[in-house]
Amino acid sequence: MEFLRPATWDEALAAKAEHPDALPIAGGTDVMVEINFDATRPDVLLDLTRIDELADWSPDGERLRIGAGVTYSRLIADLADRLPGLAMASRTVGSPQIRNRGTIAGNLGSASPAGDAHPPLLADDAVVEAHSTRGVRHIPITEFYTGVKRNALAKDELIAAVLTPPADGPQQFAKIGTRNAMVISVTAFGLALHPGTGTVGAAFGSAAPTPRRATHAEEFLAAELSATGRWDSRAELDPATVTRFGALVAEAASPIDDVRGTADYRTHALSVMARRTLVWAWTDYRRKRVRTCA
Amino acid sequence: MKCTVNGRPQEIDDVWEGESLLYALRERMGLPGSKNACEQGECGSCTVYLDGTPVCACLVAAGQAQDRDVVTVEGLADEDELHPVQQAFLDAGAVQCGFCTPGLLVATHDLLERQPQPSDPEIREALAGNLCRCTGYEKILDAVRQAATAKAEQ
Ligand SMILES: Cc1cc2nc3c(=O)[nH]c(=O)nc-3n(C[C@H](O)[C@H](O)[C@H](O)COP(=O)(O)OP(=O)(O)OC[C@H]3O[C@@H](n4cnc5c(N)ncnc54)[C@H](O)[C@@H]3O)c2cc1C
Ligand code: FES
Ligand code: FES
Repeated sequence: MEFLRPATWDEALAAKAEHPDALPIAGGTDVMVEINFDATRPDVLLDLTRIDELADWSPDGERLRIGAGVTYSRLIADLADRLPGLAMASRTVGSPQIRNRGTIAGNLGSASPAGDAHPPLLADDAVVEAHSTRGVRHIPITEFYTGVKRNALAKDELIAAVLTPPADGPQQFAKIGTRNAMVISVTAFGLALHPGTGTVGAAFGSAAPTPRRATHAEEFLAAELSATGRWDSRAELDPATVTRFGALVAEAASPIDDVRGTADYRTHALSVMARRTLVWAWTDYRRKRVRTCA
Repeated sequence: MKCTVNGRPQEIDDVWEGESLLYALRERMGLPGSKNACEQGECGSCTVYLDGTPVCACLVAAGQAQDRDVVTVEGLADEDELHPVQQAFLDAGAVQCGFCTPGLLVATHDLLERQPQPSDPEIREALAGNLCRCTGYEKILDAVRQAATAKAEQ
């Protein structure tokens, strides 16, 4: 086995072009489990942890650019105010030791339907910035997940960063698992309200072959909030709206039965999480007005 | 493969760089303090500092530790005096079979560096990645509280 340790991003891209089958390793929290259990024996490992610039984030025009090496711990420490949904999801990942190593890009690389970063990234309309020696490609997050544990990266591409706008409204994340620490989600749900554009982001994990947006639910809620003038009035939500939103989120799912839960349970849990997070987010939105007026 | 472990330079040959740092520490450097119980990041018994950050050594590729600074449980004590965190675990009866202890010691050491007087929820959160099958967590919580007090009195 070869172990490549590029010191710069250009070297990493050149190495990936030369060895398209090289397996990138960042935090190793997915890759090493596979190697330890002999599930994979890559001929070439490509270590990305020496490239300092990857571990940084920075503002990038209207968006934030989160480098591929940014860990969950770093994201929670630095960006909880600007990316509350992603930070909430990050707090539920593994344990402190896992969050100290695991990266958002690694979550994208694995593209597990249960990855916790996916629902907030979908709800935020994030963009994956992929690089290769051929150039730069911006992949909209909705086009990134192509199948169970498969993504849209070409063999010679590496994730350089994720681009996501900072929150312009309340965000929420909820996850159902079997215990508090170290749970792979049974289902997870992320919600982002965007008052600026009058749109809604709603997405779930572990309830379809890929993480997925609940498009009908998003459109329904955005239309309802506009038609009733609630983006401006911030009036209490109609309970029927909340119920319908939950039902539409559940309808978007196509879950399976597995050891972590049945399909029926997942669908039910999703509608409950969607309703709850909507109420929390709306309460937050109403409270913010009080604060700005005062 | 070269790195620093507990302040001493280490150089080992014949490492398969895809093997875990845990394996390299235990089997190649003669440092069996960090324990191997799950090899999948679930139990925390292999917790070590990597460049000052607590991580599961079983999930770090040996090749990733090249030129890095590693501190294991063996590096916590002074010459012949236990670290207050170690003493507190003994005094509180938080050690039974001891398998989980090295990882808990490193995780507790880190917690008290960041937060010298942690609340109970902070302790639980900091140790959420460390499993113990024997003692029950009450004694472990006691030990962390005692360690915090002992460190404050130093
Ligand atoms: C005990 C434990 C608990 C966990 N709990 C959770 C949880 O609660 N929620 C959750 O979502 N996940 C969880 N995970 C899974 C894992 O921690 C996450 O998926 C994490 O985000 C992976 O990041 P990493 O940096 O460690 O990735 P790595 O293991 O280094 O890599 C993962 C994949 O991404 C690829 N990759 C990494 N970086 C790049 C890049 N820049 N460009 C292209 N490809 C890249 C790798 O080749 C590999 O295929 C857990 C894992 C463990 C061991
Ligand atoms: S052996 Fe590393 S976490 Fe269990
Ligand atoms: S003392 Fe035996 S596992 Fe903790």
